[in-house]
Amino acid sequence: MAAITMKNIVKQYGDGFPAVNDVSLDIADGEFMILVGPSGCGKSTLLRMIVGLEDITSGDMLIGDERVNEKAPRDRNLSMVFQNYALYPHLTVFENIAFPLRLHKVSDTQVKERVQKAAALLELTEHLDRKPANLSGGQRQRVAMGRAIVREAQAFLFDEPLSNLDAKLRGQMRTEISRLQKRLGITTVYVTHDQVEAMTLGDRVAVLRKGVLQQVASPRTLYEEPVNLFVAGFIGSPPMNFIPAAVADGELRTPFGPMRLPQTRSVDLSGREMVLVGARPEAFEDAAVVSDTVRDHGMTFDANVDVIEWLGNEQYAYVPYEAPDDIRKRLAELERELDSEAMRTQLVVSLDATSRLAEGSAAPLWLDLRTVHIFDPASGDNLTVSPTRGVEAPARQSGQSTADRGSEAGASDEDSRPQTPQAGAGEGTASG
Amino acid sequence: MNDQKTGRQVALWWIVGAAVVVYALFPVAWIVSLSFKSAADLSNQQFLPTTFVWSNYEDILVGDAQDLFLSALRNSIGICLIATFIAVLLSTFCAYAIARLDFPGKRVILTTALAVAIFPVISIVTPLFNLWRNIGLYDTWPGVIIPYLSLTLPISIWTLSAFFRQIPWELEQAAQVDGATTWQAFRRVIVPLATPGVFTTAIISFFIAWNDFVYGISLTSTEAARPVPAALAFFTGASQFEQPAGGIAAAAVIVTIPVVILVLLFQRRIVSGLTQGAVKG
Repeated sequence: MAAITMKNIVKQYGDGFPAVNDVSLDIADGEFMILVGPSGCGKSTLLRMIVGLEDITSGDMLIGDERVNEKAPRDRNLSMVFQNYALYPHLTVFENIAFPLRLHKVSDTQVKERVQKAAALLELTEHLDRKPANLSGGQRQRVAMGRAIVREAQAFLFDEPLSNLDAKLRGQMRTEISRLQKRLGITTVYVTHDQVEAMTLGDRVAVLRKGVLQQVASPRTLYEEPVNLFVAGFIGSPPMNFIPAAVADGELRTPFGPMRLPQTRSVDLSGREMVLVGARPEAFEDAAVVSDTVRDHGMTFDANVDVIEWLGNEQYAYVPYEAPDDIRKRLAELERELDSEAMRTQLVVSLDATSRLAEGSAAPLWLDLRTVHIFDPASGDNLTVSPTRGVEAPARQSGQSTADRGSEAGASDEDSRPQTPQAGAGEGTASG
Repeated sequence: MNDQKTGRQVALWWIVGAAVVVYALFPVAWIVSLSFKSAADLSNQQFLPTTFVWSNYEDILVGDAQDLFLSALRNSIGICLIATFIAVLLSTFCAYAIARLDFPGKRVILTTALAVAIFPVISIVTPLFNLWRNIGLYDTWPGVIIPYLSLTLPISIWTLSAFFRQIPWELEQAAQVDGATTWQAFRRVIVPLATPGVFTTAIISFFIAWNDFVYGISLTSTEAARPVPAALAFFTGASQFEQPAGGIAAAAVIVTIPVVILVLLFQRRIVSGLTQGAVKG
């Protein structure tokens, strides 16, 4: 077990294109770190640089205080689960799991004991004599994990391990990985493009965009205090709504009427003509079901709801609106970066399942202003979050026992919150 | 897949299959039949011999033509095995490098191999004949093996590099992460997976060498190195008025046997070699 430290890591390909650009990241001993981002953001490249399958152009890679830049993969003592599992098709499950031990010349009795132990942990005992070709997708995935855990590696690396499984199995394996990691307490780096995995598995999540680190924080901070438009748009499903607003006389003029920010969210708008107001779908509500006690914290406006999707536990309403051309271009560009495509500017609003709004009608909607974010449309910076809050320190120090990890992480989460007053208020809303 | 074929479809498949089999096997059957005919029977214009005789086989195995045939058989087997072994060994390394490594001149090697493969053999035989006579390779085993390599290497490199490309890169990387050196990864992961491909390649190059006639007849002059296809041309009848067709047919049947045995023996390996790509690691 060891901490992994990256200092100004750069990966440049032959044509000078930087796939990973100046990434510095501290992963504490025993921490579960997620690397997330849209395809082509350099997250897999970064992982492969940690394990040594990719050369590092510049910067320092330290595993347990030892520089490993020039070390071959076999000397780094890491174990990795590949996206397509990379099981050895000519070997049985037993020999697949035993492979790393065999290479390290472990005695036969030891091999047997350790493989049996790993197999028991992953419920593979009855499949040990089979070949990978005869296993189901989930079983293959477990064999790959068995091969990773059988050896006392310094860290586990996962490269989108669940992306080849179907949705149901993915959910189950996600829980298994989480359980396994908590039990073994080994430093883990996990690459994914799936934000559900990112949010549920990680102690901390690192969001990458075009090879540049955007924000490293706990899933909760990432969701509630994204540092810029990219992180805000990437985390959350359906994504955050970005509403263009013109700045005039201290208030914001949006297509849905004027918006007066509460004290806790107010930002310095002097010298700005245009901003983007970011609001999560759940910040909206059908005005008819909003209780009077909170009504004053938000704004009520009339909207033309053209489509409603009822999902049982909640429903999504879509509200198209017109936006200025340059803002539309900016939003379309952002969408492209996030691997999606904006057909039109629209609000996606999450409503209470009991709400009876009709499709194609004009309805009063309510927006909770205590949770909105203000973004600079040009730079994308979140003006409601101070820039220093972008990166969170590792959730815990190395050397601490893993048993009290959960409470540790939670505690540091709380600690970090009151640093900015508006953040504290934001959380109050979420829980109330 | 479509398991329930209609009766008509099945009948059609049988008819087409039978036609192909007859077309392919009729010449073989004819040669077999010819090899059992007595000298007087050879031109009787019947498919089956009137009396089955073993005299043709006796002739080439223990009789007059024994010297000519048995030495040629020995040459053929030895030369083809050595040529195949060298071709497979060299092309395994070469194809692995082409499939895995990035080095300048990779494309040049592949195109050169292809160019050599399509170069007409007949046009280099004469210069080779002169060269071999000058440097003393004429009518020796190496003198035949080297030209055979020029036939077998290109096809081996092409089939094997296509084969290596189908083995997922990740397997090797996984082995390296698991603690293997490059050589260990090659030997313990890549070689076992490549075995079917290597077998396929070996059999193909063996056939190519086994069937060659032009080099065999041009670069040899005695039984020191003359392979079977060339030796068949030197068969003579018992008298100058008799045709050697019976003996030639018998020899042809005998040299076909190892090929048939090889294919039957390695049939499954060849098939799995040809379908490897369908299996995902």
